[in-house]
Amino acid sequence: MIEPGTPAPEFTLRREDGTEFTRADLEGRTTVLVFYPFAFSPVCTDQLNLYEEVLDDLHAQGATMYGVSCDASYSQKAFRERLGVSIEQLSDFEPKGAACRAFGVYHPSGFPQRAVVIVGPDGVVRWGYQAPTPAELPGANLIFDGLAAAA
Amino acid sequence: MRGPAGGPLALEYADFECPFCAALSARLAGEPFRRAFRHFPVRSNHPRAWAAACAAEAAGLQGRFWEMHDLLFADQGRLEDPHLWERARALGLDLERFESDRRSEKVSTRVKRDFESGIRAGVVTTPTVFAGGRMLFGEIDVVALRALR
Repeated sequence: MIEPGTPAPEFTLRREDGTEFTRADLEGRTTVLVFYPFAFSPVCTDQLNLYEEVLDDLHAQGATMYGVSCDASYSQKAFRERLGVSIEQLSDFEPKGAACRAFGVYHPSGFPQRAVVIVGPDGVVRWGYQAPTPAELPGANLIFDGLAAAA
Repeated sequence: MRGPAGGPLALEYADFECPFCAALSARLAGEPFRRAFRHFPVRSNHPRAWAAACAAEAAGLQGRFWEMHDLLFADQGRLEDPHLWERARALGLDLERFESDRRSEKVSTRVKRDFESGIRAGVVTTPTVFAGGRMLFGEIDVVALRALR
């Protein structure tokens, strides 16, 4: 996966409303990108539910969190609404996995690795973590450790 | 804290709407652990978990935490407000006090503190048990847990 200290790559993701989310959107604030394998899959469900509980603390530290998967925006939105979480979703649907590849978190089987990448307000990657297997859910403590390390 | 004095410590992170937590709690009841309970309610998963956690803490302020804990786990299909009042009544609690306590800053701070301690310790799901310096979660095998004493 992408090394801390590296500028974030150029990429294009789609927001739920169909507009683009690119490298330029990372600038000016700390961004936490949560790459997850599939909408509606069991571990991803627990992961977004858990992270939703710490959003206030993330905001208090000036960080904004996004969920990233290769699912279509409609699926991501349905997933988010089903869970009742507010974490904005970004779709890497077409060309499939291009942004995930750019960040070095594309699983050989065709879906995002379970990974978290923190990008600083200057657009430089500050911290990253990839779960040893997609079945493993990274604790929210890791994100806070990452933010502390990035500060 | 409950269980025999001098027993090995088992620290449980759980929520009252989680069926696996109820099952684990029942299995642990016959084990020689000294048990401590920490709230880990994830609201989008279990919409009544937070309210139930606050109810248990409010009962605790009247000295009946574990009794409320057991009553909540005993009937997870009934966690709405009237069901919480029924339990409080059954335990002979001062209802007015229970009602104001469970909505109080003090109680919600306590529940949040538990949750945050779990986050810091790396808890990602319920139930999670810390015993013998290990963290167990998911399908917790009580035999394995016993071996950690």
